[in-house]
Amino acid sequence: MEPSFLFGQFLGGLTAAMFLFLIASGLSLIFGVLRVLNFAHGSFYMLGAYLAFQFVQWVGPRTEGFWLAALGAACGIAVLGGLVERLLLRHLYGREELYQLLFTYALVLILGDVAKITWGTGQLSVSRPPSLEGSLNLLGVIVPHYNLFIILLGPTIALIFWFVLQRTSVGRIVRAAAQDREMLSSLGANVGMVYTGMFMVGSFLAGLGGALVTPTQSIVPGMDVAIIVEAFIVVVIGGLGSFWGTFLGALIFGQVLSFGILIFPRFSIFAVSALMAVILIVRPWGLLGRPLR
Amino acid sequence: MSALLEVRDIHTAYGQSRVLFGISLEVAPQECVCLLGRNGVGKTTTMRSIMGLTPPSSGRVTWKGKEITGWAPHRVARAGIGFVPEDRRIFAELTTWENLDVARQVAGRPGGWDIPAVYRLFPKLEELRDRPGGFLSGGEQQMLTIARTLLGNPELLLLDEPSEGLAPLVVEQLLERVLELKQKGLTILLAEQGVEFSLAVADRVYVLEKGEVRYSGSAASLRDDAALRHQLLAL
Repeated sequence: MEPSFLFGQFLGGLTAAMFLFLIASGLSLIFGVLRVLNFAHGSFYMLGAYLAFQFVQWVGPRTEGFWLAALGAACGIAVLGGLVERLLLRHLYGREELYQLLFTYALVLILGDVAKITWGTGQLSVSRPPSLEGSLNLLGVIVPHYNLFIILLGPTIALIFWFVLQRTSVGRIVRAAAQDREMLSSLGANVGMVYTGMFMVGSFLAGLGGALVTPTQSIVPGMDVAIIVEAFIVVVIGGLGSFWGTFLGALIFGQVLSFGILIFPRFSIFAVSALMAVILIVRPWGLLGRPLR
Repeated sequence: MSALLEVRDIHTAYGQSRVLFGISLEVAPQECVCLLGRNGVGKTTTMRSIMGLTPPSSGRVTWKGKEITGWAPHRVARAGIGFVPEDRRIFAELTTWENLDVARQVAGRPGGWDIPAVYRLFPKLEELRDRPGGFLSGGEQQMLTIARTLLGNPELLLLDEPSEGLAPLVVEQLLERVLELKQKGLTILLAEQGVEFSLAVADRVYVLEKGEVRYSGSAASLRDDAALRHQLLAL
């Protein structure tokens, strides 16, 4: 096998990893703070894609309006997430976790049907914005500019989140909320607002991931369930609730998938699932996660 | 009597298990009142009921003449009641300074307490500013919890078993600090199992037993009357 071919596979895996990171990091953040496993996170991703498609129709396809559409879609999903948390999910805190799982699963079914009713069951597609239509020859590999943008966006978002969580007062309040909600509220914090805010941020990331994926793959019903399975594998590998764990999990997932295809062409998802199984047995809390108290 | 805090006949339960059976008490401005009693008699639950963490199923809590029963904890805190829980509840992954910063940011009341002021009260905390809360000793954690709550500029401090699990020397230092706070005019509602700490600071005492008030009176009378003390606390 030629080195340039392997490098191409590596870059392909990296692009997939960064998309997965965008989505899984939202899932992990929400779990880390609210202790809610949001099955509907994949549905938010899918709706982000459909909304981006819709907005692109309005601002004009094949224009730089794409960026506005993507941002609008992500914000729309953040608002949807905020409403879901405030009006519905909030009533299930303190109950058995089963209720939260059933509730978010019900959302998956409802939002899936809403998407089918609104946009039909056919494939929809969105073009790359003109500024990133070209491609680059990198060590003999043709890399679309758009993929490079995604590869750079992933670490940028990770660094922004790391900085906000570790170095700002807002981040410290979020970390305190994740550790001891009751104590934080006794100190005078409206923890309900913190929860809504974090759910919106997590949903924003899902919506952004969905919007940005549209130039690289077509929008179809069922992409919600496909991505939630992958995002769960990523956070299980990396450690649920661990931010860098999610980043690492996404990188591993992307590469195993990308190179697994070369070895077992039809079973590459099997390789990833096997990896997850091994990690669950050896280190059930994930590579960078921590055992639950 | 114009009480700062007035608790009237509260009943509180955790799910099916009832803990408080009609507790009533009053705390006047600048007074230090102690809830005395053994483990499980309802001292912590009384504080959690006042704070809104475990709202009472009946009865009322009145703060400066205004009913606050069932308010969310952050509203109670912003009204001027600060809670120092018995298990300290430090944010273990945050450093000392980060714990204080969080408290300062979420405090909803203006007042004289800021980070330099709590460092003056507990100079040790400044030395430990970059150490994660989980790596502090019990005594250091206790200082940090009190400092953290003070940053909310409370008028009333609910101090739940501050001496629990601490070495005698540390308890003595803590006692001095609490006396200093009392002299500064802070109103304190203290919960304790032992008489040493409580009788050293308290003006009045309520002895709790099985979720009810068994005795209430001045700390002095309990201090001077060994027979009464023995009868109430079997000490």
